[in-house]
Amino acid sequence: MDKIIEILERMHPEVDFNTCNTLIDDKIIDSFDIVTLISELSEEFDVTIPVEEIVPENFNSARAIHALIERLLEDE
Amino acid sequence: MQHNRLRRQAEEGIRKSYYLTIHNQEGMRRMQYNVLEYLENIVDKVPDKTAYADESSAETFKEVYDKSRAIGTFIHKQGHYKEPVVVFMGKHPSTIITFYGVIYAGCFYVPIDEEIPRHRIELIFGSLRPKAVICDRDTVNTISEYGFDGKVYLYDDIINTPVDDTLLAGIRDRQIDTDPIYIVFTSGSTGIPKGVVACHRSVIDYIESLSAVLKINENTVFGNQTPLYVDACLKELYPTLKFGATTYIIPKSLFMFPLKLVEFLNEKKINTICWVVSALTMISAFGTFEKAVPKYLHTIAFGSEVFPIKQFKLWRQYLPNARFINLYGPTECTGMSCYYEVNRDFELDESIPIGRPFRNTEIILLDENNKPPKPGEVGEICIRGTSLTLGYYNNFEKTGEVFVQNPLNTAYPELIYRTGDLGRYNEYGELVFVSRKDNQIKHMGHRIELGEIEVVANMHPDIKSACCLFDNDNKKIILYYVGDISKAELAGFLKQKLPRYMVPNVIEQLDTMPLTANGKINRVLLMEKYRQGNK
Repeated sequence: MDKIIEILERMHPEVDFNTCNTLIDDKIIDSFDIVTLISELSEEFDVTIPVEEIVPENFNSARAIHALIERLLEDE
Repeated sequence: MQHNRLRRQAEEGIRKSYYLTIHNQEGMRRMQYNVLEYLENIVDKVPDKTAYADESSAETFKEVYDKSRAIGTFIHKQGHYKEPVVVFMGKHPSTIITFYGVIYAGCFYVPIDEEIPRHRIELIFGSLRPKAVICDRDTVNTISEYGFDGKVYLYDDIINTPVDDTLLAGIRDRQIDTDPIYIVFTSGSTGIPKGVVACHRSVIDYIESLSAVLKINENTVFGNQTPLYVDACLKELYPTLKFGATTYIIPKSLFMFPLKLVEFLNEKKINTICWVVSALTMISAFGTFEKAVPKYLHTIAFGSEVFPIKQFKLWRQYLPNARFINLYGPTECTGMSCYYEVNRDFELDESIPIGRPFRNTEIILLDENNKPPKPGEVGEICIRGTSLTLGYYNNFEKTGEVFVQNPLNTAYPELIYRTGDLGRYNEYGELVFVSRKDNQIKHMGHRIELGEIEVVANMHPDIKSACCLFDNDNKKIILYYVGDISKAELAGFLKQKLPRYMVPNVIEQLDTMPLTANGKINRVLLMEKYRQGNK
């Protein structure tokens, strides 16, 4: 979780990612970020995020991203 | 009484001659003078076909025609003529209709959008001094925040204006093809965006050439990605009118979710796209093609950036029958100036050429001595042709710096535009982009002056010094600063002042700024520092 927040904070240092759960809905993360975010997550956790998982629900909060990564790591 | 009758007859005459010119041209090819003729020529042929649509609305050619003429009538009757009218609306078909309405009024449209931060909008208002702004229901509530004290008109209200044919015919009669039709703003190194003014003639010249290269016809279904406040959207807007094609405005949020995006393309049977490279690579890089392929696409134009060959190969692999066309050109020369249709394979370390100029445009390479370089050597790309825009609005000084006399012609006045891009011809005789002469970069399809970001950072009272760099390999904007302010605070400040695509991706604080012997910021040293930190 800390690692995920670290990655997010590098992109948007002014956002509190511990509480925010509208990252997509409020356009905090936008198309400019998504490519960076996914490539950094893949590298940090050594997982491949399949395209069908790149949906709004999985990226709306640091918690949702965390859940996604956990799920992908378990599946491996 | 006599007077009134004569006036009526005169008006009738104008209207007749107007309709004769516009509508009775079968069998004879008459030169086109006005971009609105595209609309007038098509509206009777396919009145009920959808011209522009988004998720929630669609407008037929007849609706575009009627509503834009209502807007034109209204704006002109309010006393606006030959002046900039700001169109401050969301990304919808109604916004495009409003553009045409402003041209009908004999004015020129200046598109802005809520994506543009307030500071930049204020600068734009400052350089334009517009008397009128057209808003939609969302933006009409925020316009007062910009300190604008002119007229504000609401789209929903003014489209109900009864059309005054005589009035519009009179405006048309006085319009000439070098009259401006729009102003779009581009990054300026001094921190002030520059307003590029394009005219009917430059746009017609561009649309005719572009349509021929892309092979647009009445079956074309465009999927628009680029914002309406940049000239990139000309590619969809005007060819749609010229051929009676259809343009779908793709919701911006889909450009984060590749599978949904491909579903949208297939659902709308989109066959032609003109996107920035980063939008295309977003699809290919995530392995989308293994799950879904945009099966109707046959024409894919891209530009403004280098296409990474690895990603490009994926596109070609999954769409082997599609045409791929690289476009190149500065806003100052109306849209795009050069094209290259991919007809061979490229190695991973190669870049796709920018090819050759459009019809009726010439590219001249000039070296430091204003002479053509030797074959195969690098020179500044300079553009000659009708596609040159009129220059920067309210800025003769900046205009004069880049719209200059062709140094190869000493006999009569002839303007060329100096792009500041360096290029050379390869072994195939194709033009290839080499680099920039200055600190201008291309990022996410947008043209950015790093100097503008520095100027904005330096506006913060706690910033002592700032230097902006671009990591071209990883496509990141880096800002180094010295000052008593946290990274988070500075990031928040920059987000308020700069468009999203100009906000630095990496911000680093320094105790002191490294300087060169001349006392300038040592950019080379900073770049080395950045690269070492990344290892």
